[in-house]
Amino acid sequence: MTVQIVLAMAALTLREVARRRVLRSLAALTVILLSLSAWGFSRIDAEFGGLTSGEARIASAMVLNLVMFGLSLIAALGTAFLAGPTLAGEIESGIALAVLARPLRRFAVLLGKWLGLVVFGSGFVILAGIAQLVIVRVTVGYWPPQPVAGLALLAAQTTALLTLGLLLSTAISPMASGIVAVGLFGATWIAGVVGGVGDALDNESVARVGTVSGMVIPTDGLWRGAMYALQDPIVLSPELIGSPLVSQAPLTATYLAWAALWVALVLGLAGIAFQRRDL
Amino acid sequence: MTALSQQDSRGRLAEPSPAPAVWCSGLRKRYRRRTAVDDVSFTVGRGEVMGLLGPNGAGKTTVIKMLLGLVRPDAGEVLLLGKPAAEPRSRARVGYLPELFRYQPWLTAAEVLALHVRLAGLAVPLHERRECLAAVSLADRAGDRVGSFSKGMQQRLGLAVALVARPELVILDEPTSALDPIGRADVRDLLLTLKARQVAVLLNSHLIGEVERVCDRVVILDKGKVAAAGSLTELLGQRELRLQLDDVSPQAHARLAATGSVNQSGNSFTLALPSHQDNDTTVPDLVADLVGLGVRIHAVEPGRISLEQRLLDILRAGSSEEQR
Repeated sequence: MTVQIVLAMAALTLREVARRRVLRSLAALTVILLSLSAWGFSRIDAEFGGLTSGEARIASAMVLNLVMFGLSLIAALGTAFLAGPTLAGEIESGIALAVLARPLRRFAVLLGKWLGLVVFGSGFVILAGIAQLVIVRVTVGYWPPQPVAGLALLAAQTTALLTLGLLLSTAISPMASGIVAVGLFGATWIAGVVGGVGDALDNESVARVGTVSGMVIPTDGLWRGAMYALQDPIVLSPELIGSPLVSQAPLTATYLAWAALWVALVLGLAGIAFQRRDL
Repeated sequence: MTALSQQDSRGRLAEPSPAPAVWCSGLRKRYRRRTAVDDVSFTVGRGEVMGLLGPNGAGKTTVIKMLLGLVRPDAGEVLLLGKPAAEPRSRARVGYLPELFRYQPWLTAAEVLALHVRLAGLAVPLHERRECLAAVSLADRAGDRVGSFSKGMQQRLGLAVALVARPELVILDEPTSALDPIGRADVRDLLLTLKARQVAVLLNSHLIGEVERVCDRVVILDKGKVAAAGSLTELLGQRELRLQLDDVSPQAHARLAATGSVNQSGNSFTLALPSHQDNDTTVPDLVADLVGLGVRIHAVEPGRISLEQRLLDILRAGSSEEQR
């Protein structure tokens, strides 16, 4: 019974996304980003004809990471602003009243919405990511070393952020939860960059900023893992240490396990907050 | 609204369970410093239509939400159709129209019903869902998005949602707040149909006439407490008879006094008829006897204390006690 409720709510969430123009706006944004990147990559090839093959690979890998960051940002904004209204908005408008008076557990509703958003967010990141990889392949002939791992980590990053958005939306208003989720996403990215600079300068306390923020909210850590999987190992030259578009090390299994546990914990917390909430 | 009466009651228990539709005891809820509901207990029997009355802020909606598990009570117990309300299954045969009725604007009316049937864990065939929409006069809008509906239409849809999963108990919170007079009459018919089908109804409404016409029993809430409860006869108690009389002899006076307590002002007599005399012969017998005693009768006007008057009396008595 609970499984049925979860699936029904997931299907409802996907239908909402499809019908609420979110999909169309995201598709439009993505097409713009992909076209711009296609043009950009074709210019790299045309204008830097004098580059050595190594230099061209470095440029391609870094620009690819930049564009992928853009994609993950679109996915993050999209899902964070969907996760807020889907719960807090329905509580505020009263849509939740009729639904939650049915013979179901609130956690099943939350889990269903989460699942729907994960399918949507991951689906978007993976499809747009594949399109981007194909564009890079066609324009400059670059193919990342671990494309599957890279896209999976991007999807995991989106999942982590939308889970956080759901937790926030059980406590604060729909708009505020979207803004706070995106704000935290941006803050951890900056903390990650600061940590990278700390690493480059061998300054332990500055480097710790990145480590700690990566533990508290794993979105940036997962993003760095994705970058590592997408970049050519050639970019790991000493000159590029500390660059925000280069990741120095792959993710450890421990970190991945922590990220999965983090998502489960945040979802559990959201479940408890939602269960206790008076409507 | 006849389609619903034709709808059979498949899926309902063949033998009605003895457990009441709603049983709640000692419900309490505080919001910060304000006590919204204080020690509320009542029962709604199977097939019974019960009205929940009271002024704004009396705690009616909070009580309803506590019954449905939407608000957590600070204290008290609730059984729905014999099952503790903490179990979601207790709501399997409960239909609910919230006071704040909103449905997914991106779905069509038919899809909203399909969703609720699925969430209720039932397999209600398409034709039955269509009948349900027809019962609230939305049959021709089944394929339209809810976002394009007026408030009244959304409330009608809410009624259909409350009725679609073959409920044994229907909880309606202000079901006519957005409806026009025709819509209100439709809801009244619908309530009578539910009553005929032995579906229990808990009705919160400000339209006292509506409550008086369809409810078997009434609970009046004031400031979070039960101010009065009982059947309409119990609550409204006596009937009265107003007469305009001339040539009233002492014997005629005695005849009047034998029927009920007399209140005279000039030629106007008001007789309070005790409720146990509430039968068809009291008034005609009295009139025949008075004529026999030579009394000239200008007017005989039977009256009943209206529920509205009784409600106002109860609420005013409550507030004056508080001021003392």
